[in-house]
Amino acid sequence: MKIKVLGPGCANCATLEKRTSDALAATGVSATVEKVTDFAEIASYGVMSTPALVIDEQVVVSGRVPKVDEIGALLTRS
Amino acid sequence: MTIELQAVGRERLRLWGGLGVAVVVWALLYSLNKPFWDWLLFDWLGLDPQTHLGSAIEFFFYDTLKIALLLTGIIFAVTVLRSFMSVERTRALLGGRREGVGNVAAAGLGVLTPFCSCSAVPGFIGFVAAGVPLGITMSFLIASPMVNEVAIVLLYGLFGWKVAATYVGAGLVLAVLAGWVIGRLRLERHVEPFVFETTLRGQPIDLSAKLSWEDRFAMGREEVASILRKIWPYLVIGIGIGAAIHGWVPEDFFVDAAGPDNPLAVPVAVGIGVPLYSNAAGVLPLVEALHAKGLAMGTVLAFMMSVVALSVPEIVLLRRVLKPRLLVVFVGVVAAGILSVGVLFNLVL
Repeated sequence: MKIKVLGPGCANCATLEKRTSDALAATGVSATVEKVTDFAEIASYGVMSTPALVIDEQVVVSGRVPKVDEIGALLTRS
Repeated sequence: MTIELQAVGRERLRLWGGLGVAVVVWALLYSLNKPFWDWLLFDWLGLDPQTHLGSAIEFFFYDTLKIALLLTGIIFAVTVLRSFMSVERTRALLGGRREGVGNVAAAGLGVLTPFCSCSAVPGFIGFVAAGVPLGITMSFLIASPMVNEVAIVLLYGLFGWKVAATYVGAGLVLAVLAGWVIGRLRLERHVEPFVFETTLRGQPIDLSAKLSWEDRFAMGREEVASILRKIWPYLVIGIGIGAAIHGWVPEDFFVDAAGPDNPLAVPVAVGIGVPLYSNAAGVLPLVEALHAKGLAMGTVLAFMMSVVALSVPEIVLLRRVLKPRLLVVFVGVVAAGILSVGVLFNLVL
């Protein structure tokens, strides 16, 4: 599974990245996590409010930082 | 089945009951704020409200609690309301609008849409790449940070609702006009080309739609916590300095230096305000104290606007999508607008 955290590097983006790795650890899902900070690439996902979470090229969250449980649910669903 | 329904009912009761209790506690604290500090500091500790020290200490505690309460209440309410809006929905509403009407809509939506400054660039790309005209996008980008809930709360708490309403009105007019001017100047070729070349892959998702009330309340609580955590040092320092000025600086100290008759006061205030940014929360209690000593209201408003609408980090970020010339025009038009707001209000108020 490929996970991308989209965000130019604001505090919320760092929180989202941390919660994502927590959720990965909690669910035992194995995945690569990539940070995307390039604006053109962020925009190409159609994301206008950061941070955003992309799982296998699908935007699943944008503009807010979900709780670890919620990220875990998103990870195990796909 | 019935057990499940009961569980849902209990959940709902807990949610709305909790909100009700929170509102009552909030109102109690707010109304007891002044009597409590009067009693504690003057009756119980025996400080004299007429002395420098007494009035400074009362100002500090009363103002800190008052602003903290106002911020908590209003940020929560605004965040819950805004959870019904999203940048995606705003863009859909703005697509295909003509200039003029579009600028007004963009400024209004800039206030309603949840938007943080770190989203300014992705937001800009998303708007422009989807065909929203440059000037209309700019109206949105100016209104969104300027008419923000922290600024409104602080102005309301410190100067009253008239000043807060004046600020909102002036901010909206400024965003409409500045965006319209930028649109008229036909500066599209000064946008970095990659913005127009960005193809929007996939279906933009609107995540505001499937949230439950519980999610919205949780977002409100998190937003309150994150904003308070971010601004409390500035707030405490700002109120501290404000308290010292309140207590020790003589009345009418600034009437000569920065009163309504000094034409340089507004430019100087804007010049100081632009580089300042997250200190909006710390700067205002200070400005309130200065206003009490004779700083003119228009100068105060211009200062506040320049602090929140233009900031060095935001300009650096926008450089990624705007070429220098357009960036200079953007800063220049907004700064000129703020200057005129300040000068105008000094003449009228």
